[in-house]
Amino acid sequence: MSARLLEGVSRRGIALLAVLLAVLLAVPWIANDYLLTVLIIALYSAYTGQAWNVMMGFAGQLSLGHAIYVGLGAYAAAALYVHFGIAPWLGLAAAIAIAVACGAIIGFLAFRFGVGGVYFAILTIAFAEFARIGFDHFQWVGASSGFFLPVANYTRNDLWNLRGDPTMFYYVMLALTVAAFALCHVLLKSRIGYYWLAIREDEIAARSLGIDTFRYKMYAAVLSAGMTAVAGVFFAFYYNNLFPEQVFHISRSIELILGPIIGGIGTLFGPLIGAFLLTSLSEAMQELLSALGFDAPGVKQVFYGLCLLVVVIALPGGVWPWLAGKLHVTRRDP
Amino acid sequence: MAAEVYLNVAVSGLLTGLVYGLMAVGLSVIFGVVRVVNFAHGEMMTVAMYLAIALFNSLGLDPLVMAVPVAGVLFALGYVMQAGLINPFITRPEYSQFMLLIAVAIIIVNVLLIVFGPDARNVQTSYAFDSFLLGPLIIDATKVYAGAATLVITAALFAFFRFAPLGKAIRACADNYTGALVVGLNVKRLYALTFGLGAACGSILVLLVDVTPALGPALTLLAFIIVITGGLGSMVGAVLGGLLIGFTEAMAGLFFTPSAKSMFSFGLLVLVLLFRPQGILGKRVL
Repeated sequence: MSARLLEGVSRRGIALLAVLLAVLLAVPWIANDYLLTVLIIALYSAYTGQAWNVMMGFAGQLSLGHAIYVGLGAYAAAALYVHFGIAPWLGLAAAIAIAVACGAIIGFLAFRFGVGGVYFAILTIAFAEFARIGFDHFQWVGASSGFFLPVANYTRNDLWNLRGDPTMFYYVMLALTVAAFALCHVLLKSRIGYYWLAIREDEIAARSLGIDTFRYKMYAAVLSAGMTAVAGVFFAFYYNNLFPEQVFHISRSIELILGPIIGGIGTLFGPLIGAFLLTSLSEAMQELLSALGFDAPGVKQVFYGLCLLVVVIALPGGVWPWLAGKLHVTRRDP
Repeated sequence: MAAEVYLNVAVSGLLTGLVYGLMAVGLSVIFGVVRVVNFAHGEMMTVAMYLAIALFNSLGLDPLVMAVPVAGVLFALGYVMQAGLINPFITRPEYSQFMLLIAVAIIIVNVLLIVFGPDARNVQTSYAFDSFLLGPLIIDATKVYAGAATLVITAALFAFFRFAPLGKAIRACADNYTGALVVGLNVKRLYALTFGLGAACGSILVLLVDVTPALGPALTLLAFIIVITGGLGSMVGAVLGGLLIGFTEAMAGLFFTPSAKSMFSFGLLVLVLLFRPQGILGKRVL
């Protein structure tokens, strides 16, 4: 396992990774609460981007409805906590199970019936919208008026119940991101990863070589759904309020995939780079705009759209492949 | 509930469905010819609606009359978008085209939000509260006018594609890209023309719904549902799909709650995608 973890990474790459990890670990001692909050958002989108990347970047299945997994995970864990007092780490299991089941249903229906490409993307949107409207009428979890977790002033960090200050949430999110990164790296270097890439590049050729494409696409869908649900649990306990209109909305799904697309689809570092780029740019933009006294709603999103437009036109492969070339860290892609 | 209630709701849903259908015809034409899925379709429709409202408020022109100049502006917008942005993306992978149009959609929604604010707007026509009595039926006058205008426009579009040389040329591009190039058709210009035509289809919507910047994505999804239900690339299919969705939503609003009505459209879409992915009238097998 550990041998595989470092396989195919240049020495220079390992050194850079170690420095990056050390800096991220040390951040809470240096940073103020604001910076920490921004970093939590960045790590959160890096993690969800990585999860989406498994499905689109590795296996080539374009999902535009990943908000459904975030939402199901968030609502499952939050409902268990609020209604039965079950701790989030136990709720996590339920959250993952529900999201995996949902991912399996969507995957099974789509892959079995040969729904691919654009049609698959629209099917995923349809499921997410279905869930959004469904939860809007789901009284047990507050329906459209929202679902709230109890908030009190905690004197100490309670890691078991995920109640505490930003520093604790930061480390939880950092651990999740690192774990997802390592998992994806190992997967890409193993048989399943090569199968996925083969399916992504040419599904018919992959099938003719004897790869059970249905099964491996299902693995990607299920794994991606489960990973995303974990982020949902974090979301619920970090923000303490859930609204179907926000959690399940299609703009959430789009935000989720912006990072990996801007960073570089199908690469390991893409989601990470994209998330940090977008988060820092949008925060800087916010500061700049409010300093100029130009604080209309929507300005930030216009900026997002323009960023996306520029990257899609100028760097079709994303920022990371280009950056990696400059840093001389990869011998081969990804 | 009396039978008249059902009948009234059904007729009203079908009339709304006609207008939905026209919007979907636009999307269908673009996909059928250019093979690019216009993920900013609903957003372009909202641009048209805001234009119509601005014209109505400043000049007092009726939205039905204004549909012509508004369609012209949208045509220009679509033409420029296709020529400038999308043509270089024709050969790029699907997700790349997707992202391009999503970027355009995000920009449109939020520019509208900055300019017009988040409040819902509509036009107050002199006939807004009129209705026709037809036996047991009470039909909203606005919907009748919108439906009639839609029928006229749809018929004109059908005629254009069947009889006009330009329409035939566009169909040739859709049929065989290389062949169209070989016989000397300017495919990129025709693509831009198609995109403009497709975008111009939605200018009547303003009569029926209150417009907010957030309406764009909802309309895009609606257009997709209709087009996939009817059969992507088929114009008749789009019209039929529109009628079906309009009817379904009206009935769902009556039997359940109006806020849950789009759930039924999505449910219908899922069923169609699973059991007849080519749509009701679609010919191509996936």
